[in-house]
Amino acid sequence: MIRVVLPPHLRNLAQVTGEVAVEVQGKATPQSVLDALESRYPVLRGAIRDQTTQERRALVRFFACEQDLSLDPPDRPLPDAVVTGKEPFLIIGAMAGG
Amino acid sequence: MSGVRVLVGTHKGAFVMTSDAKRTQWDISGPHFTGWEVYHVKGSPADPNRLYASQNTGWFGQVIQRSNDGGKTWQAMEGKFAYDGEPGTHKWYDGTSRPFEFKRIWHLEPSLSDPDTVYAGAEDAALFRSTDGGESWHELPALRQHSTASNWAPGAGGMCLHTIILDPKHKDRMFAAISAAGAFRSDDAGTSWRPINHGLRSEGIPDPNAEVGHCVHRIAMHPSRPDTLFMQKHWDVMRTDDAGDTWREVSGNLPSDFGFPIDVHPHEPETIYVVPIKSDSEHIPPDGKLRVYRSRTGGNEWEALTNGLPQSDCYVNILRDAMAVDSLDSPGIYFGTTGGQVYASADAGDSWSPIVRDLPAVLSVEVQTLR
Repeated sequence: MIRVVLPPHLRNLAQVTGEVAVEVQGKATPQSVLDALESRYPVLRGAIRDQTTQERRALVRFFACEQDLSLDPPDRPLPDAVVTGKEPFLIIGAMAGG
Repeated sequence: MSGVRVLVGTHKGAFVMTSDAKRTQWDISGPHFTGWEVYHVKGSPADPNRLYASQNTGWFGQVIQRSNDGGKTWQAMEGKFAYDGEPGTHKWYDGTSRPFEFKRIWHLEPSLSDPDTVYAGAEDAALFRSTDGGESWHELPALRQHSTASNWAPGAGGMCLHTIILDPKHKDRMFAAISAAGAFRSDDAGTSWRPINHGLRSEGIPDPNAEVGHCVHRIAMHPSRPDTLFMQKHWDVMRTDDAGDTWREVSGNLPSDFGFPIDVHPHEPETIYVVPIKSDSEHIPPDGKLRVYRSRTGGNEWEALTNGLPQSDCYVNILRDAMAVDSLDSPGIYFGTTGGQVYASADAGDSWSPIVRDLPAVLSVEVQTLR
């Protein structure tokens, strides 16, 4: 199971609290994790990536193991620590200072 | 027992306000969808417990919420908004062409007869329809594919389809308005459209009498006279008595004919309301006085309604979808401000009092008359 941390707005939208866990078919990548996440929580379709192009929404970022994975190819395997459940896959709404 | 339900969309969520027919004591629920922009909330005329809300953020995009119990509980719909076929292009502010790109839903217009059918006006301008209660959406593409669409350009707030009016007497007739393209009419349920902007005049565009390019802010209709429409334009208050074929100006003695909302008295089709704003560069009330103006003559002759409204140091704006009227015998008029106040009048505008004073900036106000 892949642990996923959603930003507060998306937790509210999906009506979940805390982390969620999704089972990924095959290789764990950002794309396969999002596929599993959207399959389990259909209301999140379009909130993280465009439903037609599958491109990440501009103000949404992906992190894991203290690394920004946002610009990685969506089919690049996730770190082992995420695959084993030691670390979560973080979906974060971009933040601005001030 | 009769009463009203006021539906308020704000920059940080939605609110539902209910009262009996006296409209002096209010029960307020919300915020719903906290932290999200709610451009519009509207109830079905066919089933007052069926509500639709447009929820959006720049971070996470567009969500349509549906309630089946008058706003007590809500369900997020999963349907997506996708343009039908090639998006095509429109003009950008600098005159270059750029593709239509879906950004948000500005306005929801439920069917007059079917609670599951609802229309949605989008930015970039397009008209969508759902026939399954918001679960799926399909574009009515003829409007966006109109031969003039490649010359449409956005207003300062974006290229939004903000007004949808369903004609209660001609079932296939509907009106739509787009900033800054103008007004359009379909006589075949959205299969085809034609611009209805003859008589509008907009300084600052290459041809001030052009077929499209007019920044229409809002259109209102009285259901008993669907051929008569009233328009608040970027500048000018206009009316038509031939379903938009020709327009004439009725700004008359208004202190400013710039503004955003316009609405019609529920029992007097020639009584209309606007809220003048100083200018297109200063979106504040003239002289710091918040005044609703009422015409009982279908325009031209206007009276200021000030009783209960701040008459000094008031610098809020009232956005295009932020005014509504109920249909009780003594009709209620409602409007919300960018300062977070929602004002109500239970006597057709003669006197006003705030329902709330400290909401986030109000984007839209609708009201349902409950009997």
